[in-house]
Amino acid sequence: MPTDDPVWGKLTWAAIPFDSPLPIIASVVVAAVIVAVLGWVVIKGHFPYVWREWFTSVDHKRIGVMYVVLAFVMLVRGFADAAMMRIQQAMALNAPGFLPPEHYDQIFSSHGTLMIFFVAMPFVIGLTNFVVPLQLGIRDVAFPTLNSVSFWLTATGALLVNISLFIGEFARTGWLPYPPLSEIAYSPGVGVDYYLWSLQIAGVGTLLTGINFVTTILKTRAPGMALMRMPMFCWTSLASNLLIVAAFPVLTATLTMLLLDRYLGFHFFTNEGGGNVMMFMNLIWAWGHPEVYILVLPAFGIFSEVIATFSSKSLFGYRSMVVATMAICVLSFMVWLHHFFTMGAGANVNAVFGILSTIIAVPTGVKVFNWLFTIYGGRVRYNVPVLWAIGFMITFVFGGMTGVLLALPPIDFLMHNSLFLVAHFHNVIIGGVVFGLFAGYTYWFPKAFGFRLHEGLGKAAFWFWLIGFYVAFLPLYVLGFLGMTRRMQQYDNPAWQPWLIVAAIGAGLIAIGTVLLIVQLYYSIRHRKLLTDLTGDPWDGRTLEWSTSSPPPLYNYAVLPEVMALDDYWIRKERQIDSQVESPAPHYEAIEVPRNSPTGISCAFFAALLGFALIWHIWWLVALGAFGAFATFVVFAWRDRVEDEFPAAEVARLDRQHLASRRHVAEPGPAS
Amino acid sequence: MSATVTADQRLSQAKRITVGYGFWIFLLSDIVMFACFFATYAVLVGATDGGPDGRQLFHLDGVAIETACLLASSFTCGLASMAAGNRNAITFYVAMAMTLGLGAVFLGMEATEFLSMAARGAGPTRSAFLSAFFALVGCHGVHVGVGLLWLMTMVAQVYAKGFRADILRRLLCFTLFWHALDIIWVALFTVVYLIGVAP
Amino acid sequence: MIEPDPLPGVAEVAPGEPPAESSEQGILGYVVGLVLASGLTAVSFYITRGNLFWSPSISTALIVLAIAQMGIHLVFFLHITSGPDGTNTVLALAFGVLIVFLIIAGSLWIMANLNHNMLPMDRIMNMQR
Repeated sequence: MPTDDPVWGKLTWAAIPFDSPLPIIASVVVAAVIVAVLGWVVIKGHFPYVWREWFTSVDHKRIGVMYVVLAFVMLVRGFADAAMMRIQQAMALNAPGFLPPEHYDQIFSSHGTLMIFFVAMPFVIGLTNFVVPLQLGIRDVAFPTLNSVSFWLTATGALLVNISLFIGEFARTGWLPYPPLSEIAYSPGVGVDYYLWSLQIAGVGTLLTGINFVTTILKTRAPGMALMRMPMFCWTSLASNLLIVAAFPVLTATLTMLLLDRYLGFHFFTNEGGGNVMMFMNLIWAWGHPEVYILVLPAFGIFSEVIATFSSKSLFGYRSMVVATMAICVLSFMVWLHHFFTMGAGANVNAVFGILSTIIAVPTGVKVFNWLFTIYGGRVRYNVPVLWAIGFMITFVFGGMTGVLLALPPIDFLMHNSLFLVAHFHNVIIGGVVFGLFAGYTYWFPKAFGFRLHEGLGKAAFWFWLIGFYVAFLPLYVLGFLGMTRRMQQYDNPAWQPWLIVAAIGAGLIAIGTVLLIVQLYYSIRHRKLLTDLTGDPWDGRTLEWSTSSPPPLYNYAVLPEVMALDDYWIRKERQIDSQVESPAPHYEAIEVPRNSPTGISCAFFAALLGFALIWHIWWLVALGAFGAFATFVVFAWRDRVEDEFPAAEVARLDRQHLASRRHVAEPGPAS
Repeated sequence: MSATVTADQRLSQAKRITVGYGFWIFLLSDIVMFACFFATYAVLVGATDGGPDGRQLFHLDGVAIETACLLASSFTCGLASMAAGNRNAITFYVAMAMTLGLGAVFLGMEATEFLSMAARGAGPTRSAFLSAFFALVGCHGVHVGVGLLWLMTMVAQVYAKGFRADILRRLLCFTLFWHALDIIWVALFTVVYLIGVAP
Repeated sequence: MIEPDPLPGVAEVAPGEPPAESSEQGILGYVVGLVLASGLTAVSFYITRGNLFWSPSISTALIVLAIAQMGIHLVFFLHITSGPDGTNTVLALAFGVLIVFLIIAGSLWIMANLNHNMLPMDRIMNMQR
């Protein structure tokens, strides 16, 4: 191995891909956008505000919004990868296309990595962050500063993946780096190292989130909120975060073993020295399967909230929903072998895991029936979130059925790693997770910002996404049956090309849908006075977050609610409307709020240095980054003042303002 | 008892429960991570690539001393946490110093074992079995090292700020961590050393 | 931070919190734990010598002793009991133990089957050349 430079490690000017136009152009565009945005913020004098109110905020609402912003930005980047792949595959019949293999491989790897780790996870965690404390009737999560650390570590991971675009390269091993290809002998470049360190850092952030929310939900709910009085979204968040706590350590351990192989010459997964390549697949999927349930369970929770609210009915079968959710939580840890039926464990093992994989569809089916029974007999309002919900139910059920098909080992032996598989998982992730996230985004946007998103543009975006999804992915099912393998940079079977062209058109429709979402956001901000949410309850909601103003004050609730029943807010609202008697004015006290802290962003800054230094073997910078991160924690631990006080008079003033805005709406009959 | 507890005490107790539980959840995640290294060790224990195996490499006497040190340090850590609960500074410092000493002896012996194995050509790059051994035992050792750093930081904090409520909460977390490390060591010496050497 | 009081009347205790009692009783708990743990450790090391037990059962005996000792640690050092104030703690522990069991037992079963069906690595590498 060539010796590294003591100052620069492996980093040389050759790391910048001057000879490849695409990455260079993309990097220049991205750099220009970042400079423009930052420049605008600084020149307009907004930086102190941004630093004080957002970057150093430990408020779950602010952190939640930042997570979602990160997710949206990464969605654009991940989608650009997808568009390039679709265009390449539409073109590349007996032709090289425009992406040479070494670039195509990096693109499908970064597409998957970005979408799972830096779009879906942050979006889910962002919505969880914003909503769960409000729904539980509390002021913040159990560990607010840790929450900020989690966000910034995730952002660091995203940063490292994006830096690989113009300094070095990204991994070419797919979104899960199977050895021996990912070992140092066969991937000597920095690409796999970028992947590994980015995920290790982001993984720490995610694990801390899991610990935070499990503790919050189990230990710090509002007075009177027994577990069986919790909103369904909180139950699914609990299950999802329990899975995070249980599964992410497996990812950390497995990636650590691969790092030990690559950096220190260990033999966990090498071909020589007795290493066992298959152990990697075993462990990584022991994480990988729970991961998809980590993503989809909160989406199920969002649909429970949306469907109940817009049907003006309580959720059908709450108890069975809870049981189904916790059953999915436990079962998701018993099916992971179905990702490698073809690796050769034999009939007995395959049969057991195949049967368990079909069983896990049952609680999901229970949920679907409960949603249908909730809608049935309700007064349904077809707002945008409900459209996403209906689109989800059709699409996810279809994708789930292809999943049950793949759960049968004999069928999987034919379909494994074909485009049928690719179509299946996009079907459930887009139809399940993404549709749920868009529904939640639309549903809770007014709570976060005080004005609704434009309804018409939202509907247009939905239809383009829904139709675009089917146009893009149904052909992939056909291609799977026609024998096309995944991740092909070029091919020679002319029967495949028409389907790939249709798929590319579908991708174009989804692109339009995404653009419409961005336009919707821009348009809604410009016309926010027309879309204002005056009362804090624009949808006639059932759960506690709708009792606050939009946006809620920093401390969420002037007085912590005493919860008497499930859907407590709905019951109180109905009672007040019927009786026309206002509850007596509460006694206001000063509220202690945790102080903002630069701990999160400082920790992440050093983590970014540490990650970059480890990738490029710049050892002195590794020491500096590690020391800086440790020092950040010691400084944080040495704080004497940890809370600020919100005076009682201010609390009273804000609350009276909020109650006054509701007074004129409290008329008998359905709320407008 | 609730009649005589003030609102402040209840709030303080509530924070203690929340912090303690959160750290407990973290510990469970750490144990899952160790389980992965244990599983990998169990899978790779036979993959010696013609090189030395446990029977040829492990010295049970050293392991017995390491075990005694760690177990005793768990005991002294318990004493330290009781002293902190009673605000007894002298006992606290002495108990923590003993915990630090015993932990340092453990770590020193383990480091010596690793270095001597590496010097004999039985380092982690020799075979998959040795990779798994060094990673599993080394992971535990790294945790002990971090724990000792944490111990020293806690002693410094108590010295600087006394037995303040938030510092006591962190001490609760530290004692949980230290006891958990000893629990993991029980599994470790059993599975790796004892079963590795047993006929 | 907020008071956790979802069900008034159920007292809660932090995990690892020593029970509120006098110092003598507290130290006694740790001493008993130390003695029991030392005893179990000594027995484990002793039976490894092989002249006391039937050899094939040594591994099982060692694992049983290890689990017993982990229990001693949990009860005497960490004060994890099955009382009502520790329910959440015990449930979390049970969940963790389940996951650990699934990972270790699952991996061992799967890998044993995979290895059984796999050619030895050196034969595969020779085929490459």
